[in-house]
Amino acid sequence: MIEARQLTKVFRDRKRGEIRAVDGVSFRCQPGQVFGLLGVNGAGKTTCLRILGTILQPSSGTASIGGFDVVTQPERVRANIGLLSTATALYGRLTAQETVEYFGRLHGLTESLLRQRLESIFNTLDMNEFRHRRCDQLSTGMKQKVSIARTLVHDPPVMIFDEPTHGLDVLTARTVVGFIRDCRERGKTVIFSTHVMREAEKLCDVIAIIHNGRIMAEGTLAALRERTGAQDLDDVFVKLVEGT
Amino acid sequence: MSGLRNIGIVYRKELLDSLRDRRTIISMIVVPMLAMPVLMLGMGSLAIRLVTQARQEVPKVMVLGGEDSPKTLTALRALKTIEIVPASQDYTNLISEKRVRAAVEIPVGFDAALQSGEKRTVQIYVYEGEIKSSFGAQPIEQFFRQLSDTTLSERLAAHNFPQRLLKPLEIRKTNVAPPRKVSGNLIGSIIPYLLILMCMTGAIYPSVDLTAGEKERGTMETLLCSPVARTHLVYGKCLMVLTAALVTTLLSLSSMGASFALVKHLRLGGAGGGAPLSLAIDLSSLAVAFAMMLPMALFFSATMLAIGLFSRTSKEAHSYLQPLLIVTIMPAVASLLPGVELNSGLALIPVVNISLVTKEILSGTYHWNYIALIFGSTCVYAGMALAVAVAMFKRESVLFRT
Repeated sequence: MIEARQLTKVFRDRKRGEIRAVDGVSFRCQPGQVFGLLGVNGAGKTTCLRILGTILQPSSGTASIGGFDVVTQPERVRANIGLLSTATALYGRLTAQETVEYFGRLHGLTESLLRQRLESIFNTLDMNEFRHRRCDQLSTGMKQKVSIARTLVHDPPVMIFDEPTHGLDVLTARTVVGFIRDCRERGKTVIFSTHVMREAEKLCDVIAIIHNGRIMAEGTLAALRERTGAQDLDDVFVKLVEGT
Repeated sequence: MSGLRNIGIVYRKELLDSLRDRRTIISMIVVPMLAMPVLMLGMGSLAIRLVTQARQEVPKVMVLGGEDSPKTLTALRALKTIEIVPASQDYTNLISEKRVRAAVEIPVGFDAALQSGEKRTVQIYVYEGEIKSSFGAQPIEQFFRQLSDTTLSERLAAHNFPQRLLKPLEIRKTNVAPPRKVSGNLIGSIIPYLLILMCMTGAIYPSVDLTAGEKERGTMETLLCSPVARTHLVYGKCLMVLTAALVTTLLSLSSMGASFALVKHLRLGGAGGGAPLSLAIDLSSLAVAFAMMLPMALFFSATMLAIGLFSRTSKEAHSYLQPLLIVTIMPAVASLLPGVELNSGLALIPVVNISLVTKEILSGTYHWNYIALIFGSTCVYAGMALAVAVAMFKRESVLFRT
């Protein structure tokens, strides 16, 4: 489970002064659910997910993942999450297999368990054909599969996806969406950020609308429709954001 | 234990990654293997060829004045080592433009003054620092020295004084230092400088690639998602940079040895007329010198890693490292400077201390108290640099600098 409590992140910029990228954000994501953070570019989605991934520290507030605190137990948190984003690139000079092995070892897997996981993931994601090819020689779709394998190798109970389909073609995006659904079916806690309304509509059990670093509304799609009186998620989003 | 395991995992991955990178291979293996032979054989043989060519040329020399001193003028013209060209008022420009190598001005009434015992000054004009000009001036200077000695001998004979009055005493210089120390001092002055330089060169590329390079390629964030402590990530990376620095240093040392041996074998040292090269440095001295480079290499690796981490891009990192290279070269030159000797103050100055102590070690002098002090202090500096690198890696304002 993920629980964010009054998460705030303030950046100080010489030109722009103080920027509150995330401002008092609180939410809960339950296992077996896909929690969507929906917002325009610059709304604070990535910062929020980076805090959950312990890559950034909150200025105030905190969050816990699987009972571990992101501020005081960052290494335990990282052992329990799989984070996939457009900013998490692959080592071009390593092969697909070497990449997954590397992250498996960093997560403390034994060699026998690593072999077992590797075979299972490579078969599931249909990666055997290119497992010994260097990542810089792979297509975007293949690379995304390697990234997915990298996040899955330690079988984390919590998955964090930051705009995982951004810049992908339709077929690759479908693979990612299928993978997120699969995570939900396997009972994992999934948090997923996007600015694509259709994707949120298709995938999310609970949607939080984030704007200017704040959660404007949170609930199921049905609840948000009821609250705004709009049917289309685009309209729901605009009404909630403009309601500020 | 898990910390060591994680450092090992990061190190092995960085090593594999770097060994597949052509640029790392070039900076770590190709440059040190080729730089020394090219420098020593290429530059050495070129210098020898140029000097030989310069010696083969009969220099054009201008004689100014001397019309009233036919004896001297005839003797000068008889010299086969120079070619006398017609005098010109523009001799300074002609020498500067290298059309004439040197000029000699014979004072008025020179022959007569020699006869009468009056003193006269012979002026030689040269292009200071220009080897061909010095080759032009040398025979003239030698001619007038001989003339001076002969005149003095004649004057002593005229007054019935014995010739030994000319040389009241004789000075003889004998080397008492073993050949190992002599050659150690000669080669030992250059080796520390080259070792420090190569050690830095080897660390530059991987330190940037493993830090700013990772930021650029977007793999830094991927790595930060792993549960490994940031400190262990830095240690693993630093170990890789250290490996590159040490491999570069070791290969430089080996290729330097091979080049010296080759130069000696080809007798290039003797071709230019200089003293034959002596290579009496023993392997144990080289091993101790290399051991002294270990903390220095760690210091360089950690410092460059910290700089690389601070930088947003590889380009920015290189622009910070270039001044560092210059700042390091200056103290590294300490071993080349005559008269600079190791003392307790200099033993605490990074780079200078290693440069001087390596020179001493290579000449066979082991000041164990200084060696311990320098090894210890450099270890402390390396530890401090590593602590800075770790601190950098923990600061999100550094990792996500925009």
